[in-house]
Amino acid sequence: MSATATETRPVVATGSRIAARFAALRAEGRGALIPFLEAYDPDRATSMEILRGMPGAGADLIEIGVPFTDPMADGPIIQLAGQRGLKAGATLGGTLEMVREFRAGDSETPVILMGYLNPILSYGAERFVADAASAGVDGLIVVDMPPEEAEVLAPHAAAAGLDIIRLVAPTTDAARLDVVLNASSGFVYYVAITGITGTRSADPAALEAAIPRIRAHTDLPICIGFGVRTPEQAGHAARVSDGAVVASALIETMSRTLDSEGRATPGTAQAMLDQVRALAAAVRAPR
Amino acid sequence: MPPAHLSPGNAKLNKPLTRPNTFRSGPDAAGKFGGFGGRYVAETLMPLILEVEQAYNAAKADPAFDAEWRRLLTHYVGRPSPLWYAERVTEHLRAEAAPGMGAKVYFKRDELNHTGAHKINAVLGQILLAKRMGKKRIIAETGAGQHGVATATACALFNLPCTVFMGATDVARQQPNVFRMKLLGAEVVAVESGAATLKDAMNEALRHWVANVEDTYYCIGTVAGPHPYPVMVRDFQSVIGSETRAQMMEAEGRLPDVLVAAIGGGSNAMGLFHPFLDDADVRMLGVEAGGHGVDTVTGHAASLTGGRPGVLHGNRTYLLQDEHGQILEGHSISAGLDYPGVGPEHAWLHELGRVEYVNATDDEALAAFQLCSRLEGIIPALEPAHALAHVIKVAPTLPESTLIVMNMCGRGDKDIFTVARLLGEEF
Ligand SMILES: Cc1ncc(COP(=O)(O)O)c(C=O)c1O
Repeated sequence: MSATATETRPVVATGSRIAARFAALRAEGRGALIPFLEAYDPDRATSMEILRGMPGAGADLIEIGVPFTDPMADGPIIQLAGQRGLKAGATLGGTLEMVREFRAGDSETPVILMGYLNPILSYGAERFVADAASAGVDGLIVVDMPPEEAEVLAPHAAAAGLDIIRLVAPTTDAARLDVVLNASSGFVYYVAITGITGTRSADPAALEAAIPRIRAHTDLPICIGFGVRTPEQAGHAARVSDGAVVASALIETMSRTLDSEGRATPGTAQAMLDQVRALAAAVRAPR
Repeated sequence: MPPAHLSPGNAKLNKPLTRPNTFRSGPDAAGKFGGFGGRYVAETLMPLILEVEQAYNAAKADPAFDAEWRRLLTHYVGRPSPLWYAERVTEHLRAEAAPGMGAKVYFKRDELNHTGAHKINAVLGQILLAKRMGKKRIIAETGAGQHGVATATACALFNLPCTVFMGATDVARQQPNVFRMKLLGAEVVAVESGAATLKDAMNEALRHWVANVEDTYYCIGTVAGPHPYPVMVRDFQSVIGSETRAQMMEAEGRLPDVLVAAIGGGSNAMGLFHPFLDDADVRMLGVEAGGHGVDTVTGHAASLTGGRPGVLHGNRTYLLQDEHGQILEGHSISAGLDYPGVGPEHAWLHELGRVEYVNATDDEALAAFQLCSRLEGIIPALEPAHALAHVIKVAPTLPESTLIVMNMCGRGDKDIFTVARLLGEEF
């Protein structure tokens, strides 16, 4: 976010939480761990418990998936998470309410919503941005809103201090890279694989080549996601970039604790948080 | 709740509806028809669709590309398809009409195309494009299986491996087409996600494409998806309307008065309508699937009548969705109309009022299916049976001198099992 946007913002400096967190991590000399949870998966109370527990388990930023019926960029694991969330009554408004409750107990950990455009349009883009900012959301990843289609949301988000975090893929060529980066704020999300979430593992050598290529075009932090599964991979990704996003591997662990109807069992939240702890340890290990 | 495009929060999408000088100039460079269409895809897909757009623009400017496509249409598909004066249907409807009333009904017979529907027109164009782009394999989505069969056919002809994504529900209810695709050498992937129908098949095809960008071309079956698909598929399907124009001039010495076509994603309708859009005297009717009735919540697939604007599958258009923007499943007796969206150009023509969008229910389509079989000796697909159901309603209200062209966009072979079951017939 530019300094001017921060100064003109009236109440809480929402968007600045992301910048502040990356600045603090830089001072610490390590990258971020960004775990993902799907809102209302498998039910609201359990996902709230997971969300509340994440900072204590070592999450530096948190990404919350907003369930959508047609998640075009997601593999089977997150698709199922979204279906469970919808079955449990997830809505965009309900997801904002979760963030509001989380913020009552944590005013520092940045929260990023990841979702698809249609529920936002249905809510009303302008109203959504205002409500998200006041709930304590810091950034948005709107998967199916490339820079060319961002006019409906981006100006309102900028005015409210919400970062628009964009995906850069291995297929993003040099010409496209600047278009994407110019429309990005907060951090850059590097998609480590050509594909959808949860299907392949990132190739370490390819990452070591890709990140400097993007680095040459932007001062924003760069985080790696889509294909980061193990503590070892997270540690590596956080070393070659500024952070590692882990989603499908966590949801897979969590979903293994569900009963045959897809309902939470007593160990559900803990299983996911234990894995966050293991990932966090790897990210914090000395270089 | 107000339609999303009228709610203040989305003001940027609510483009003023200015009546254009021509209805045939769309889309703009961003792939927009008014506020509809566009390229709402993940960044991972963006380079691909930009590549398809560039390749399509180059192909369109190349006379050799057009010549090869037309050679295939003539000698492989069997075009031009006839324009048939449906005399017995006309007489039947006149018998019930007031004196002097009862329009003259023609069928544009795209059901006679190789593979039995209009889908092959756009498939051949796209496969030629894929070859030009150096792509080595083809993927497609299919609902009823007609687009899948057409794509598998073209892939056999051009010796390209073909994978067709089809919802598991549709695989179960369209067995003959699944077997056809396999005979033609295609791999059919049953998609289990979501409700396992056409929308989910399209999601899965898009996901697969992202993971196989280098060598794969995605052949979309209708005028939907991200730009340039809606314009490209429309351009190829416009052969239907162009032929109709010439054939009607020859048969009647003038243009038709009314065009009628069924709307699933809207490709057969766009193909018939587009060449006539600037002929102000030509009235156009798009017939959506009314299912159990458009007043039911998820009992129909009439996106324009019962939906509101939103974003799905790469374009902004009218969608069946709940108040939270979650996409609803459509229902229709016809698996080819059972799609919760509609091509963006239709959304634009709807808001401009240039095309009227109506609907026909399952029962009306079923009655029209049987009537057409007995009166004309043509077993129609259940999709154009919806168009015919509306012709049955409207023709008796129009003077005898009125010329109607209905797009008979597919034959009913694929539907006889569905219809038999509904009529209580056992095999
Ligand atoms: C014969 C026939 N007509 C119509 C359709 C619907 O598609 P569209 O509206 O794109 O023509 C289908 C789709 O499967 C079809 O098979």
